[in-house]
Amino acid sequence: MIESLISGIGLLFQWQVLLALLIGSVGGVVIGAIPGVGPAVAIAILLPATFSMEPLVGLTLLLGIYGSAMYGGALPAILINTPGTAVNALTTYDGYPMTQRGEGRRAVSLAYSASFVGAIISIVCLILLSPLLALVAPMFGSREIFLAALLGIVLVILAHRGQVLAAGMLACFGILLNTVGLDPVTYTKRYTFDQSWLTSGVDLIVVVLGLFALSQAFLLLIEKDSSPKPEIEKGSMLSGLREVGSHKRVAGVSSGFGVLMGIIPGVGEFTAQFLSYTYAQKTSKTPELFGKGSPEGLVASEAANNAVPAAAMIPLLALGIPGEALTAMMLSVFYVHNVIPGPQLFQNQLDFVYALYIAMLLLNVAVIIFLMFSTKALTHIIRVPTRFLGLLILILGFVGVYSLRNSVTDCAMAAGFGVLGLVLKRLNLPVVPIILGMVLGGIMEVKLRSSMPRVKSPIDFIERPIAALLFFAIIFVIGLHIRTLFREQHASTDGSRDHDLHDTQQR
Amino acid sequence: MQQDRMATLQVLFKRYRRPGDIVFALAFLIFSIWLLTQLSAQTTWKPNGKLVAQASFWPMIAVGGMVFFASLHTVGSLLSRRILGRWKEVGFWFRSVEYALWFMAYVMLVPILGYLFVTLLMCLLLALRAGYRSRKMLMASVVGGFLVVVIFKSLLQVKVPGGQVYEYLPTALRSFMLTFF
Repeated sequence: MIESLISGIGLLFQWQVLLALLIGSVGGVVIGAIPGVGPAVAIAILLPATFSMEPLVGLTLLLGIYGSAMYGGALPAILINTPGTAVNALTTYDGYPMTQRGEGRRAVSLAYSASFVGAIISIVCLILLSPLLALVAPMFGSREIFLAALLGIVLVILAHRGQVLAAGMLACFGILLNTVGLDPVTYTKRYTFDQSWLTSGVDLIVVVLGLFALSQAFLLLIEKDSSPKPEIEKGSMLSGLREVGSHKRVAGVSSGFGVLMGIIPGVGEFTAQFLSYTYAQKTSKTPELFGKGSPEGLVASEAANNAVPAAAMIPLLALGIPGEALTAMMLSVFYVHNVIPGPQLFQNQLDFVYALYIAMLLLNVAVIIFLMFSTKALTHIIRVPTRFLGLLILILGFVGVYSLRNSVTDCAMAAGFGVLGLVLKRLNLPVVPIILGMVLGGIMEVKLRSSMPRVKSPIDFIERPIAALLFFAIIFVIGLHIRTLFREQHASTDGSRDHDLHDTQQR
Repeated sequence: MQQDRMATLQVLFKRYRRPGDIVFALAFLIFSIWLLTQLSAQTTWKPNGKLVAQASFWPMIAVGGMVFFASLHTVGSLLSRRILGRWKEVGFWFRSVEYALWFMAYVMLVPILGYLFVTLLMCLLLALRAGYRSRKMLMASVVGGFLVVVIFKSLLQVKVPGGQVYEYLPTALRSFMLTFF
């Protein structure tokens, strides 16, 4: 382990990698701070630009954006009641009331510090878990990976509470999109309608750029122009770290929820935040303050969401299974750079894995230092008029799609998905199931095929302990959902909080 | 009794809706059913082959799932109370087509007039279309476009071909433009 760690540090300390890390982390904060441009948009646009870079350089650049956007996203959530990224939605509940009380600086500082604590705890967990992962990952054969991907699909559908049916149909649409083109084994055409441009299939990056970037550009260009004017009082940003120290229990448990929910594919930040926020409220001495400017609520929300990215790398690196849209994009980056995540990665390239972990650690340190000195400047970035932002995303979206393979057809497809993405966003329907359907659908197809020669009867499929465990986990979560549905039938529930979260998931 | 059952179903299918929901639900259902009718024509089924090894297995699962979920989604929409503003919302969706066309015009013009010129032109025109008239905003949009070209094409060297008009430039300038813009 130590050898791999030292080798990993050696890989990381090249000027190109460090520069990419710095640009990624600072860029991520800036992107996160602008409402309307999430990390998904930025990663989708930058993906093709990283193709020509060294694997570790390209990956650290995108990892920087992935890991730091939520820090920036807390700023507009607290100051103008608009989350910079979707997962900062819960931060508005307590952050904005604090701003209204004249405690904006305290809230921002607290949010940064809680985010930092959450991220560091998560990365430490990831590093400590690595030897165990290296041990367990080889136990995952084709059928286990198939079942884990299936569990991911089931969870991503069920996690969209209140929108399960829509999430189901969109996930299935994603699976279908992945099958379009030539079947890689039988070489027969599937849903090509004799159109040559469909024979090569539908590229994931084209769909991602359409659904995330172009749809956002269209939306911003059509909607009324606005330019918020956030203000923040002067003062030190370091006080938050001390204050988080007085909420150790909430920060620790919330980070734990973040780690746990990040590891489980398809669940992610929203569930982690719900669990930690509910826990914090239930165990608080002042539960009545939650939603009205409670520092504990703010800590719970920010520590939980920032603990997820590092933990979400666990199923991605160990099994090659992405748990949400951003890790799905990261997976395509890995593939492009010829790094195949999965059990072999831990056995053959453990130093590379450690380099990624240390990169995550460094990026969090870089971000917190950057934020201590730049918060005032970031409030100016939030002021960018929304239509101007839409214009820039459209221009950037072109680079993303066109530079893939200079295909007009790809651009037309991306524009089509842009319109679809806009409709889904307006209807408050989730976009993520389409992406995960495409990625996990592809994994399921390949793994099911490769596992079948060794399976004589359906029971053989779950004869191995991990396969059986995953199978029963799938049955359990479906059963749990059905039980919840029937319980909700008898008890009228107030879903206003859930409603707000789903609404902002689309931004 | 009938009303009770309806209420129960409404709770079962309760979700957070927006105007125009039923239009999308029906359109998606019709699209899914149409895809299902195309299944045998658009995929191949080999006799005597294993079910999961069939090329049509995953499309069948996907389209079957789409029809299943879209049917229930549509039932949910039909049973929910109507939200006013349905057609206004559909009109909003169609407004996005205009910007999709702007995007396609951009795509078509780049290989002819070159990345730099078309980007600057597009930024200026889109800024005007977005309602900006001040010199500051128009300049900002052009500078923004220029920076995008410099960062992506000149520095990161992404694959965007030179414009056909570059052929008419003097040799030295042409190779410079082809490499950097």
